[in-house]
Amino acid sequence: MPDAIPRVRVSVKVNGKQYARDIEPRTLLVQFLREELNLTGTHIGCDTSYCGACTVMLNGQTVKSCTVFAFQADGGAVLTVEGLAKDRELHPVQQAFSDCHGFQCGYCTPGFLMSTLQLLEEHPHPTEWDIRKGIAGNTCRCTGYQNIFKAIRTAAAGGENIGH
Amino acid sequence: MYPGAFAYHRAASYSEAISQLSELGDDAKFLAGGQSLIPLLKLRLSMPRHLVDLNFIPETSYIRSNGALRIGAMTRHSQIAASPDAARMPILRDCAAGIADPQVRHMGTIGGSIAEADPTGDWAPVLLATGATVKTLGLNGERSIDIADFILDAYQSALQPAELVTEIEVPHPPTRSGGAYIALKRCAPVYASASVAVQVTLHDDYSCRDARVYLGVLGLTATRVPAAEEALQGQQLNAEILGKVRAAVMDTAQPTSDMRGSADYKRQAAGRLATLAVEAAFQRARGDDVEVTHLYA
Repeated sequence: MPDAIPRVRVSVKVNGKQYARDIEPRTLLVQFLREELNLTGTHIGCDTSYCGACTVMLNGQTVKSCTVFAFQADGGAVLTVEGLAKDRELHPVQQAFSDCHGFQCGYCTPGFLMSTLQLLEEHPHPTEWDIRKGIAGNTCRCTGYQNIFKAIRTAAAGGENIGH
Repeated sequence: MYPGAFAYHRAASYSEAISQLSELGDDAKFLAGGQSLIPLLKLRLSMPRHLVDLNFIPETSYIRSNGALRIGAMTRHSQIAASPDAARMPILRDCAAGIADPQVRHMGTIGGSIAEADPTGDWAPVLLATGATVKTLGLNGERSIDIADFILDAYQSALQPAELVTEIEVPHPPTRSGGAYIALKRCAPVYASASVAVQVTLHDDYSCRDARVYLGVLGLTATRVPAAEEALQGQQLNAEILGKVRAAVMDTAQPTSDMRGSADYKRQAAGRLATLAVEAAFQRARGDDVEVTHLYA
C-alpha cells in the first residue's frame, strides 16, 4: 500500500539551510529531522505529545515535532538544538543550562532549550509563574526541575546570577 | 510511531477542500492543526486513506471585531490568547491560554477543537456560555449553527460529511458583562479533571441580570446548570449565593471515576471551580481586571 501512495515534496529551511525531500506523507517532522536530515539532536521521548523532548521551533514558535507532519512545515523555517550554538560558542541559554547543571541524563534538554528560548523571547524578565507556564509542556524525569529553573533565571539575567 | 499510510491532498481554498473530501469519500479526513488527530493516527485508532490539509488555505486564521468577535476556524489557540480583541472577553483568553501547553497551543485550532467535539475539550463550555455561533461550509453552502445545536454528543457535531467549520462568531456582550473559565488539571499537557465556564451580565447596582453556567469535561457534552443560573438571577454576590451555586453545580454534575479522579473528587472540584469562576466573572463585569488561571493538582 505505501508504495502506491505518491510521495510529497517538502521544502524547509532548517537552522538556516534549505532542504527539499520527497517523503511519505505520514512522515512526522521529528522523523524528517532525524532520519532524512540526520539531525538527531531532537529527541523522541514519549511519542504521544506529552513530554516535549521533541520540541523544535517552527516559524518562530515551539511545536512538538512528534505531533506535526513534515508537510506542515513545507515552505517554513525550523530551528533545532543544532542551530543554537554559533562558531562553537554555546548559545547563552545552552551556557546557562551547562553552568547551572540544568539537566542530569540530558535526554529532555534539547526540548527544554527550545521552550526556554521561546519563553525568554516572550518574557525577557520572567516571573516564577511565567517560567512554570513556559516549560509546562516539557517533562524532566531526573532533576526535579530546580536546576532547570535556576538555568532559566540565569539565562534571563544574561548569564549573571550563576548558582550551583 | 508511524501513522497508517495515507495520501496527501493540499487544499488551496475551503471549497476545494470540500470537493476533494467529497470525491475521496468516507476514507478521507480534514487535517486542521492536528493536535488531536495526529495522536489518534499514530495510535492507529483512526486510519484514513486520505488527508485533506487545511493548513495552507489563506485567510482562515484571524480575529476580527466586526459586529461580533469573529474567529477564523484555523486560528491557533496561542493567537487567541495573545489577541487584544479577544482579551476584551477575558473568558476567551482564560480558555485559549490554558489549553494544554505552549507547543500544543501554537498548532491547535479553535475550529478543529470544536469539530472534534471531544467531551474533554475546553472550548465547548466557553462558547456555550458566551452564546457563540458556528459558521460552516459544505456541499450545500454556508450554515450558521448555534453552538448548542452544533455539539450533539461525545465526538459528534452537526457537521455533515465534507462540511467544515469556517468561523466562530461570539456576540459582543452587553455592558457590565464578564466571564471566567477555570479548569482543574493534573498537569498542563493532559485533559482537565473538571472545568467550569461562567458568563454574567449585571444591572447598574451589580445584581445579576443574566448568568450562564456550564460544566466541562464531566459529561458526554458540556453540561448547563440551570439551578446555579437561577440562584444568581437578581442577586448581589455574597457567600450565601455562592454556596447555592456550589450546591447546584455539585448536584447537577454526573462525573464518572477514571484516571483523572474519582467521581466525588471531580464533583467537589466542580463546586469549588464554580465559586471561583462566578467570583471572577462578577469582578470582571464590574470592570475589575482580574487574572484567573487553571488550578494544577
